[in-house]
Amino acid sequence: MLQKTIYRKFASVGLIVLFALGVGCSGQKIGQSSGTSSPGGAVRLQGSGASFPKPIYEKWVNEFGKINPGISIDYQATGSGAGQKALLAKTADFGASDDPMSDSDIKSAGSEILHIPTVLGAVVLTYNLEGVKEPLKLSSQTISDIYLGNIKKWNDAKLKADNPTLNLPDTDILPVYRADSSGTSAVFTDFLTKTVPEWKEKVGMNKQPSWITGVGVGAKGNDGVMGQVKQSPNSIGYVELTFAKANKLPSALVKNKAGDFVEASLESVSAAAAASVAAMPDDLRVQITDAEGAGVYPIASYTYILAYKDQPDANKGKAITDFLWWAIHDGEKFVKDLHYSPLPAEVVKRVEVKINSMTNNGTPLRQQ
Amino acid sequence: MAQTGAIGDKIFRTILLLAAASILLIVVAIFYMMVQNSLPTLERFGIGFLTGSEWRPAQEEFGALPFIYGTLVSSLIALVLAVPISLGIAIFLVEQAPIKIARPIAFMVELLAAIPSVVYGLWGIFVLAPFIRNHLGVFLQDYLGWLPFFQGRLTGIGMLTAGIILALMITPIITAVVRDVLEAVPTTQREAALALGATKWETTTIVLGNAASGIAGAVVLGLGRAIGETMAVTMVIGNSPQISASLFEPANTIASLLAANFAEATDRIYLSALIEIGLVLFLVTFVVNALAKLLIMSVGGNSSSSKHV
Repeated sequence: MLQKTIYRKFASVGLIVLFALGVGCSGQKIGQSSGTSSPGGAVRLQGSGASFPKPIYEKWVNEFGKINPGISIDYQATGSGAGQKALLAKTADFGASDDPMSDSDIKSAGSEILHIPTVLGAVVLTYNLEGVKEPLKLSSQTISDIYLGNIKKWNDAKLKADNPTLNLPDTDILPVYRADSSGTSAVFTDFLTKTVPEWKEKVGMNKQPSWITGVGVGAKGNDGVMGQVKQSPNSIGYVELTFAKANKLPSALVKNKAGDFVEASLESVSAAAAASVAAMPDDLRVQITDAEGAGVYPIASYTYILAYKDQPDANKGKAITDFLWWAIHDGEKFVKDLHYSPLPAEVVKRVEVKINSMTNNGTPLRQQ
Repeated sequence: MAQTGAIGDKIFRTILLLAAASILLIVVAIFYMMVQNSLPTLERFGIGFLTGSEWRPAQEEFGALPFIYGTLVSSLIALVLAVPISLGIAIFLVEQAPIKIARPIAFMVELLAAIPSVVYGLWGIFVLAPFIRNHLGVFLQDYLGWLPFFQGRLTGIGMLTAGIILALMITPIITAVVRDVLEAVPTTQREAALALGATKWETTTIVLGNAASGIAGAVVLGLGRAIGETMAVTMVIGNSPQISASLFEPANTIASLLAANFAEATDRIYLSALIEIGLVLFLVTFVVNALAKLLIMSVGGNSSSSKHV
């Protein structure tokens, strides 16, 4: 009996000691592993941001890793807003965003942030209409009317006027939009705000616009919108072109400034980029929706990688500049298969200058 | 001898006390952090935050009412559907089923509890939503269409779909807990009731009466999961902050709003609004749990008095 209690006592004391040791050890381990820079050898880069270029960035990371085994890059498609936030909080080595950062955010960073355009993409209107074989034609006016709730049925006179040959059904339209904050929404609403006064007044341009109550349903992410459109007959939604192609859903032809209905394609998006090269400012932040010219797809956008001009870590900085340089040159050959458009040649030249301007404590990172 | 034991017990008690205190500490710390971080909107909107029905982050207008409504109604639908079914399963497993049937059914219930919520969400989009749009919704509109709950357009996405998904998700939890509670009721009680000539049904009601507080605990646990569910709800509710009588209309819940938007919220005032609505969820859960406890106390009182009769 006495022995038993002694055992018990030892057992409980032992338990406490073990517990304390365990806590101590694990605490130490956590502390050690959270060291930031890896000394020499392998470099790990952490990128975070837009989901719009996720397929191409994943491809790039994979291909770049094959020829640069010492550099591993981890890209997380957390969304444009989160990418900007991660860069500002310095929890990521580079950020990614579809729409350029705001002036106030750039100022709040304390150190200069570069916008490096990587590829161009298109936002398309994808729809689920049984029996409609030819592509649907939409103008900014009809798109706006659908999302404002002015056009409620597919056989509305305005839609019929643009699509005289289509047999549009007498059913309710179900518009699907992004419920989360998104660069895709920013590009989409930027186009409508530029072209439709009623849209500008009621909704406006925003990453997370205030949708009209009672019109349509919201979904999270490009995938979410895609899933919703796919399973809901008579629905329409806006997504990045790659997602529509991957899911084999049609995308509408959209009327551009010149008055033509244009399909989103490599050529029509490149045309939109070419049309706005002259208007590109020094910091490369630009919106290219509703561009002028023939054959232009009007809901197109650059997508950017965001990085500090002066990199705090020499190894990581070198890896970032190497990756960016490779991406805008050798990387562009993978762009087409994933339905993005490569940067125009003039823009590549301007991006080269930006990459070459990147430094570590004032020392240039690239040998020129 | 007594002394050595007393020291061991003291240490043991201290460890337990620390464990218990840590829960209190965590709750207080979370509450403090949330209040601290939601100060900008707390000060700016005051009580209007709770009563406002417009949620427009772009215009810095934040009203939480549609989300509170959506959270309560979707959870209520889930409870109304899940509680009778869960009770039925648990009673069948404990009181009626031969062990050969009870084992596989109990196993399947536990299996359901382990499915991640995103899978429920996907199943909701691709199976449940079309089923509601093409069959259940049409049926409800045909026979109960005069009720405001079943009017309006039928998209398959909305409050009802979310409620049904939540019901499916909480059924295994409620069932598992109720089963344990029923099993804990001494067999002698059943034998006594049967010996006095009670039918199976009467015996079961006596067992249920004695297990009432445990059952209520199970329901509260299920309710907790329904109120806090994020991903599955986001995928089927339509994410539209509106208050509509129709259960076919899209709606939104607090947890779903947070899941969809928290990562992307960069703006200070917007972040503050999201944290404040998290605080509201905290309070809603607290009030609902308190009401449930009150309900249990009143029900428990009745059943114990009826036992004496």
